[in-house]
Parts: sequence; structure tokens; C-alpha cells
Amino acid sequence: MKFMLLMNCPRNVEQTLSTWSPADFQAHVAFMKRLNADLQQRGELVLAEGLDMPTAARIVRGQQKGPPLVTDGPFAEAKEFLAGFWIVDCSSRERAVAIAGAASLAPGPGGKPMQIPIELRQVMQAPKLVE
Amino acid sequence: MTAAAQPELLALLREQVPRVLGAVARRCSDFAAAEDAVQDALLQALAAWPAGRPANPGGWLYHVACRRLADHRDSERTRRHREATVAQDPAIGTADVHDDLDDDLLRDDTLPLLFTCCHPALTEPTAVALTLRAVGGLTTAEIAAAFLVPEATMAQRIGRAKQTIADSGIPLALPDPPERPARLRAVLHVLYLIFNEGHVASAGAQLVRVELATEAIRLARLLHRLLPDDGEVAGLLALLLLTDARRGARTGPGGELVPLDEQDRGRWDRAAIAEGSALVTAAFHRGNVGAFQLQAAIAALHDEAPSVAATDWPQILALYDVLRRLADNPAVELNRVVALAMVHGPVAGLARLDELAQEPRLQRSHRPHAIRGHLLAMAGDHAAAAACFRAAASHADNLAERAWLLRKAASSPAD
Repeated sequence: MKFMLLMNCPRNVEQTLSTWSPADFQAHVAFMKRLNADLQQRGELVLAEGLDMPTAARIVRGQQKGPPLVTDGPFAEAKEFLAGFWIVDCSSRERAVAIAGAASLAPGPGGKPMQIPIELRQVMQAPKLVE
Repeated sequence: MTAAAQPELLALLREQVPRVLGAVARRCSDFAAAEDAVQDALLQALAAWPAGRPANPGGWLYHVACRRLADHRDSERTRRHREATVAQDPAIGTADVHDDLDDDLLRDDTLPLLFTCCHPALTEPTAVALTLRAVGGLTTAEIAAAFLVPEATMAQRIGRAKQTIADSGIPLALPDPPERPARLRAVLHVLYLIFNEGHVASAGAQLVRVELATEAIRLARLLHRLLPDDGEVAGLLALLLLTDARRGARTGPGGELVPLDEQDRGRWDRAAIAEGSALVTAAFHRGNVGAFQLQAAIAALHDEAPSVAATDWPQILALYDVLRRLADNPAVELNRVVALAMVHGPVAGLARLDELAQEPRLQRSHRPHAIRGHLLAMAGDHAAAAACFRAAASHADNLAERAWLLRKAASSPAD
């Protein structure tokens, strides 16, 4: 079964990321790399990416005539933003929950687990032949 | 011309793989290394054989795989060198291999291989992947494409399966007789999973997908040839054939799902139905009826009926009554509800559905809602039926079913 894990970071992380010490930031990145390497070794990783900060995001709308319209917003006011995502292919929902739980504990400032909320969404499947 | 453009060549290659792997594994007594070497030989054959097929394909693969094994035992220098030398080495062209052909190759290890690859110590996804490669003779890239995961991920999954086999000391051998029935059930389960992954091509025509349903049938046929007297092996093969027979009618021109009661039965594969029915009938006569035989018998009754109304529902209900005693499976209970309603009316079906409402394994499923909608429509309560179909759509985890359920909700006649 495939699942998408959406890592939603609190808005203040965006604002305070520049205040993280280099060591804390490196520890965070190293944690993510280890997690991804572990998923890869288990044969569960389909895709994992971290996203640029939402301040750099653009909204694109196709126009019936002419080039698409690109704007800086408006973005829904949210307390959280999408910081990255995984797509994993694992044997059960329980396993997907375990992966999300591990990702959630990525270290923040001072090495303290951040308990990042991870949104778990199952990827749509094809119909089974035999029920 | 590439090997992919020659289906007959591909089929020939795949048939050789389990026998060659068995022989190589026995020679080097390292299953993981043997399996890698055979995969290397397979890849090389895919490149070399289209230009000229060897007269002894099994011997060729065995010969190349053994060379690969020797290569792997050599130093890193040799390994780096290998790519270049192999390409130029006339000995590994398509020349026939007559010498060093072990008697080993004449022994068929397909059965022990299946037991090893489907060992219950392996997780289901890893067992499925390893079986497709080691017994099915598929390449890692083909398996990865079929499951829509990166090739590196699939390679790790296969590596993990082999690591588990090595760590657990699982031998490449037939299990002891007392263990055999349970171990055979694990093999049948893996083949069933492969078939169920081989769904209709809903993920897009741009993907070249191995037909997993076809591959599962081929492997089940192989197993049936090796164990012709086992009723459940025959039952699984029959179930797969009888289900696959409807494949052509199961999707509409736009890829949309066509449920059983709306399918054009003229498009069902009569030859597959005849073969499946004959298999399950013969298995029933031998006695010792199991779950796959019962499911196959139910599928046969559907396949042989000229319409939903003319289906032998009392017999289907009776078969479900036996099946539910063999397997604690909520999907069986749900299917039985439909049969119950067809025999005793929608009210009886709805009552049983209410009893199943607490079943924890059905909480996330869209099917109880869909079946309730179906039964309410049978009872004439179309407004309530539409609401159920909408609820089912919100629970469906695939787009084709969701689209069909929403269409069903929209087309319910207003009261």
C-alpha cells in the first residue's frame, strides 16, 4: 500500500529557522537522511523531498489565452506550512503510522524532538480483481 | 529487435529461470549470490539473444550465471573490468554451451524455490518481489515498473528478502511433510497477491506494465503441474482463470469500472471459463475442499450464468456458508450478504449487514456502504441508496470505484 506523508511545520519554524545553530540544523538534516536511507534499505521509499520555504512559493493559474498568471499569493492563512513529503510503499497502515511517527520526532533546536505533525494520506489504488 | 519485442523469446527465458537458479544455487550453496548471478545472466540474455538464440537456452544461462559467480568472488579490479570483458568475450555470445552442463540442470527446483521465496518469515511485499524475480524470471526493472516504485527500492526489497532467508537459515528445499500444508498455503497466498496486484491498467497507458495477473496465472499453472493432486493448488488456478476471464469486460472504453451485473458477458473468455470450471469440478470430486476451491466454484457459477437474474444464487449462498466456516474473512461475510439478499430478499441482507456493522476490519472499507446502497435500491428506497453510494464513494480508495459509486448515486431515481 502506498501512502503520502505530508510534513506540516508550524509557521514559526520558517521565521526562526535562521536562528537555529548550524549544529542543530545539521543534526536535523542528518536525521532526515538517515530516515530516508533506512526507508530505502527496507525497500519502502518511493520518493522523499523537502520543499523550499513558503515565502518563495508562487501561485500559478492557467489562462484561456496567453501565458499562465503567476502571483505571490494569496495563500490561505494557516498556522502550518508544507515543508516536505514522502511517498512510501509499505505492507500496512500500521507500518505507515510507524514511519510517520519516526519522522515526526526529527530534532529541532537543542536536539529536542520537534513532534512535527505528519499528515498521512493513502494513495488511491486500483480496484482489486478478487474481493 | 529487442527481447521485449519478442514475447516468445521472453517466455522461453522466463521458463528457464527457476531451473537454472536451482542448479546454480545447489552448486554454490549461496542462494542470494546465485539469484544475483542468474539475474545478471538473464539481463545479458535479454541483450544478446535477440541477435541469435542459443540452441540450449538453459545451459547458456547456467554457464553465464556460473561465470558471474566466479566474477563476484574475484577482486574489485575484476569486477570493474567485467563489463568490458563480457561484452567482448566470444564465449558468452550466443554460442552453444555443451560442456560443463551439470546434470543439476535436469532437476527441477521450482517447487523448493517457491517454498523458499514465499516463506512466512518474509513480509508479503518482499515475498511477492522475490518470487517474481527468482521464479517468474522478471527483471528488477520490470517488477519495479509493475508496482510503480523506483528500481532501487525494488532492488532493496529483493535484497531484504534474501537477507531474511540467509539470516533465518531457510534452506532451498521442500519443507518437512508436517509443515508442508501451512507452507503451501503461504505459497498460494503470494501467488494470489501477485494476481490481485495485476489490476486493470488504470495507472496510465504510458507505462509499460508487466501483466501481473497473467504472470500469476503462469506461476499457478506451473505449481499445478508440479502438484497436480493438490485441490487447493487447482482451486487457486481455477479462481485466477475464472476471475481473469472477465478482464476484458471489466472496464469500459474510458477505463471506467463495469460491475458484474452490467458486464457484456459475450466478452468473457469462454476458454478460460471452461478450463477453470473443469479444474474446480475435478478438485471437488477429489474431496478435501478448501477456501480457494470454494471461491473458484462461486466464480464458476457467476461465469456460467447468462445473467445476474439467472445466476444460481442458492448454490452460491450455500458455498459461502461453507466458506465462512473455513475462513474468518469479513470480505467473505460481505459477499455472502449479497447472495443472501438475492435468495431471501434485501431485508434479510440488510439485517445481516447491520450485524456486521461492528466488525472492526470493515470500518475503513467502502464496501459495506456500497452493498447497503445496492440492497436499499433493491428494496426500492432510492434516496437512502443514493446516500449510501455517496458514503461508499468517500471511503473508496481507488478512482475507478469512486467514479462508479458517484455515478450510481447520481443515477438513483428520485422518489
